[in-house]
Amino acid sequence: MLNQFMSYLGSTVPPGNAGNQLWALIYVLIIFAGVSGAVLCMNWIERKLLAHFQIRLGPMRVGPHGLLQPFADGLKLLLKEDIIPAGADKFAFWVAPVIGLVAAFTVYSVIPFGPSQAVTDMNIGILFMLGVSSLGALAIVTAGWASNSHYPLMGALRSSAQLVSYEVAMGMAVVSAILMTSFNTKGTGTLSMIGIVEAQYEQRVWFLFKFFPLGLLAFVVFAIAMVAETNRAPFDLPEAESELTAGFHTEYSGLRWSFFMLAEYAAMMAVSSIAVTLWMGGWMRPFPNLLQGPGWDFLFSLFPALTFAGLAALTTFGAARMPTHLYFRIQRIGLAAFGAVLGFVALLLLVIAIAGRANAANLAGRFDVGLGHVYWFLLKVAIFMYLFIWYRATWPRYRFDQLMAVGWKVMLPVSLGVLIVTAIVGVILA
Amino acid sequence: MNPGAAPVATPFFFYLLAGTAIVGAMLMITRRNAVHSALALILTLLSVAGLYLMLYAPFVAGVQIIVYAGGIMVLFLFVIMLVNIERISKERQFNRMWPVGLLASCALLALFLGALAKGKSLLPDRMMPLPESANTQGIAAALYGDAGRMGQYTFAFEIASLLLLVAILGAVIMTKKKI
Repeated sequence: MLNQFMSYLGSTVPPGNAGNQLWALIYVLIIFAGVSGAVLCMNWIERKLLAHFQIRLGPMRVGPHGLLQPFADGLKLLLKEDIIPAGADKFAFWVAPVIGLVAAFTVYSVIPFGPSQAVTDMNIGILFMLGVSSLGALAIVTAGWASNSHYPLMGALRSSAQLVSYEVAMGMAVVSAILMTSFNTKGTGTLSMIGIVEAQYEQRVWFLFKFFPLGLLAFVVFAIAMVAETNRAPFDLPEAESELTAGFHTEYSGLRWSFFMLAEYAAMMAVSSIAVTLWMGGWMRPFPNLLQGPGWDFLFSLFPALTFAGLAALTTFGAARMPTHLYFRIQRIGLAAFGAVLGFVALLLLVIAIAGRANAANLAGRFDVGLGHVYWFLLKVAIFMYLFIWYRATWPRYRFDQLMAVGWKVMLPVSLGVLIVTAIVGVILA
Repeated sequence: MNPGAAPVATPFFFYLLAGTAIVGAMLMITRRNAVHSALALILTLLSVAGLYLMLYAPFVAGVQIIVYAGGIMVLFLFVIMLVNIERISKERQFNRMWPVGLLASCALLALFLGALAKGKSLLPDRMMPLPESANTQGIAAALYGDAGRMGQYTFAFEIASLLLLVAILGAVIMTKKKI
């Protein structure tokens, strides 16, 4: 049993490719639980960050510093009355959140958290991701139509027009990144997600910095298009509260609305994962080629422990700063307990890192390597999540005609131009 | 070829996908509500994408999902939502000529069965398991050319793209009131 576990940890291909259905299923369950937990965290982080951007505090009452707010929200959404508007198309009303959720979660089966830490590695990985995430547009259209109300219908029409427009620019930017994978000795690129990160390792550069500024331009086009694809600010006119009273999900309440929210945050993380994999080196730690060697590897493998230690320190500091009044005692104790849990996790990671350094082939070593990959990947995706929230707090909304003008008249020509120039430069320099 | 690419439970998946495609197609032609028909068509298209996957053509499957299910069907739904179809949904779904239609489809079925019976020797016994990466590269070689030579379909590809450009220009010109 332990031998099988060890041999699994040391494998170089994801379980889907190795034909290992049990581990693929375990990965699927881990990803499902992880994404749901991440959506809960994102809810809290978004409310707190938006509040701090607007010089206010955000949720502070429900748990210490509002940490239990997502649970309260989830409970409320579960217990709310399930209203279906009169005259609504019942089947389409039911099926729209399901399509959205399925489209958002199926994408996660090809996301590479590490060279073998993925559910599977398809040869057409990036094509699959683009295709399945474009099925989310169907969910919005169906939801808007099924609500039998003009605000959702207008919101759905606007949203699907926006999604289809920015998919084109997104595809072009992705193609120029894929083109960069073919600038190797063999002359053939790859569409598989793991292959793209391996190509960045072989070419010793993140595609963000390749042929500067071409990689950067393609990345910027993708970064803008991905915000438009997920209907996030500043492209969130379809769900703008001041114009359309929540747009296509106006008539959805309770659990059905939470499905849409879940699908939106999951899609945000999925497109951030695409951006990280294609341009920012995926699971690789910083400078894997330049700073090589076991010493540097050990230093970078301490980062997960350091991150959790920092979080534990912040939490404990927050607990120490809480008022000592009787009414705050339970919050203080709760926050201190949370800080202790974080500190314990930091200690565990430190032990794994140190034990893994002594002997790289034992259980701790392999676990440590896999953990390192997942950590760097999630750190980069977390940076993108922070950027999403920062955009929402900072920028005003695009008007719909401005949105479409930017999508077709700016994004598409720029991405086409970047593609052509990348191809020319690549052929010249090859 | 990695070991995970060995086919698993092929008859089960084939019957599942083919059955889903047929069920989706039949739902599509029998629903009164046009949105339900469109959703059933999406089900059929996704099943066909799965069938392409079973034929070791992953690129075609991916492009089917992107273009057909994710692009064309969204356009269908646009039109359904923008056009007043309440009048249409109250019409009869099957008109009075259905015996003639049944006869014609039976004739087509007889043609297919005859072709299958007579041409059975031309079809291979089993699907040759090609490596998955061959599909993308094969299509690229046929469309764009390989190793300095022009591909088999490069000229046709360029002509087709020119045709699409003309179609886009025509659509823009026809819908604008004043150029």
